[in-house]
Amino acid sequence: MTDSLEEFLIARRGTGRPLLVPYVTAGVTPGWTDVVHAYADAGADAVELGFPFSDPMLDGVTIQEASDRAIAAGTTVRGILEEVATLDVDVPLIAMTYSNLVVQQSAAEFCAALTASGLRGLIVPDSPLEEVGELADAAAAEGLDLVLLAAPSSSRARLREITERSRGFVYAVTRMGTTGERGEIPEQAARLGRELKELTDRPVLFGFGVSNQAQAAELAGHADGVVVASALMRKLLDGARPRELGEYVASIRRALGQGVR
Amino acid sequence: MGEMSWSGRQGVTVPAAARAMSDPGAVGRFGTYGGRYVPESLIPACHEIEAAFREAWSDPEFRSRLDTLLTVYAGRPTPLTPAWRLSHELGITLFLKREDLAHTGSHKINNVIGQALLAHRMGKERLLAETGAGQHGVATATAAALLGLKATVFMGERDIERQELNVVRMNVLGAEVVPVTTGSRTLKDACNEAMRHWVSSVDDSYYCIGSVLGPHPYPWMVREFQRVIGEEARAQCAAELPVGVPDYVVACVGGGSNAAGTFAGFVDTTARLIGVEAEGGAAATFGRVGVLHGVRSLVLQDEDGQVTEAHSVAAGLDYPGIGPEHAHLRDGGRARYETVNDEEVVQALLCLARTEGILAALESSHAVAWVIRAAKSGEIAPGSTVMLTLSGRGDKDIASIKELL
Ligand SMILES: Cc1ncc(COP(=O)(O)O)c(C=O)c1O
Repeated sequence: MTDSLEEFLIARRGTGRPLLVPYVTAGVTPGWTDVVHAYADAGADAVELGFPFSDPMLDGVTIQEASDRAIAAGTTVRGILEEVATLDVDVPLIAMTYSNLVVQQSAAEFCAALTASGLRGLIVPDSPLEEVGELADAAAAEGLDLVLLAAPSSSRARLREITERSRGFVYAVTRMGTTGERGEIPEQAARLGRELKELTDRPVLFGFGVSNQAQAAELAGHADGVVVASALMRKLLDGARPRELGEYVASIRRALGQGVR
Repeated sequence: MGEMSWSGRQGVTVPAAARAMSDPGAVGRFGTYGGRYVPESLIPACHEIEAAFREAWSDPEFRSRLDTLLTVYAGRPTPLTPAWRLSHELGITLFLKREDLAHTGSHKINNVIGQALLAHRMGKERLLAETGAGQHGVATATAAALLGLKATVFMGERDIERQELNVVRMNVLGAEVVPVTTGSRTLKDACNEAMRHWVSSVDDSYYCIGSVLGPHPYPWMVREFQRVIGEEARAQCAAELPVGVPDYVVACVGGGSNAAGTFAGFVDTTARLIGVEAEGGAAATFGRVGVLHGVRSLVLQDEDGQVTEAHSVAAGLDYPGIGPEHAHLRDGGRARYETVNDEEVVQALLCLARTEGILAALESSHAVAWVIRAAKSGEIAPGSTVMLTLSGRGDKDIASIKELL
């Protein structure tokens, strides 16, 4: 019996611990799956896997570079799924990719392929409420949690619909901008977190520009946890080993607190 | 004008969705194509632009301001020129819709004046634009100067090299040109960067997209701003031709804006609509369904869904996708899309220059190349009438042409 992504995260949250979801671009290095294991061992509550796309319009330079590197190394969706199927980690894995990779086959086929390899969540940042219908139905039919994004610019009515239709968690975008490390956390993040928490009991995680331990801790205070992506990928692109990335995740874990075991 | 008589012919109102090249509705769909595949952050901006455009487009004052600028500033209506000597050589009757004579040298100005007026009306301070050949960038810089707005233009590093003249023009006009160094360093990457920048500056910036691409309402709005090409040409043909309508209506297709504007004037006639793409960037011929830059359409991509780079001698056609309405017109058979190669294009450019004394842009020369080929092969029957939109002039291409000769 495996829990859904959402059940798993709610159970973890129930122990009083802020949630931590680190990211890695699949295929960015030959040993990328070691990074997944290192994250899980370091106290991640789930791991987000980027399926690289040639034109990632919501990503800043770091994830663009990681994506280009992965694609140049011959990374394909099928190849990623084959490797994911061999992974043995005790936290849920979430795929993050762009619509163009999803529409290569039917939404049902895509979702079925993800669940068959053991993935439990999916994030498609360029598929907003307007376009998500068929994919949401297909994901629901497969028991795959489709995570929707909420932005500082979203109206209250949209936030309500997003919290109702998102599964797994609600991905709160900290800023109007792309992914990438930033100096400080904009004020609008706290407001978005507060609004989302009023609207839903689903876990709410902040992402985009969570650049260090202090920022992670601050943002987790406004919601249920954080996604950390570019800060980790920058280190990886600069040559950090899986063990060092694991140590960094562990340091964020310590900053966030462990909750009651 | 043509549109009204069509829907009102028997006193019946045709539902918007059933009419070709009409309003794609709130969802922005052309059949299964179109839509709004952008991050949540940009959705409010798309809604805001759609609402502002709907309001402006039905506001006589906005329409009259736009018409006035197109007339007294952009030089409209552009002439319909009979290509006498080339017609004779090919055994057909060829007319050229002279967008090369519009201010800034291409049809891009029609769309940009419309969008800049809209941005101004919405209280935005800055226009963002992507550009390939630089024509849309120059047009944007021009309209910004005209209306007292700032302009930031994203341009691939490779295009900056091959369209140097237009970079200088943009700088002279006071625009900031931002070189894009990622990916193939051409138009598609410039679009990515423009969108990324738009997300972070959406409050005071307006993204002025240069073709019938991007999220709803852009493909529809840009077609409406370019419709003036087709409507003028329709009326000019009606005045010039015994039967009133040409047998063929031909335009080159990058994203497809000059073709969409042209086709919109003829879609309810018997004219055959032909879009001509560069062989190395022919999404209507070699593309598969995909999602790029916020819109579902036909996209050149590999079997894994990675978008491939387009290759053409014409920087303005180096785009791996096509407007969603063209994909829909193709599927329904109302328009046909053909390809020509670089060699044919250069020959066509020379041929038009030497028979008519018109130096066309490399982009526009694609349409000319197809007409020459099809007339010579008999695909266009002798005696046929052809209306070709000459989207721009070739001055910007002189350096490339010099190398190719
Ligand atoms: C002269 C000219 N024609 C055509 C195009 C292609 O654009 P579209 O297909 O949107 O008309 C361009 C684009 O830069 C251009 O400069």
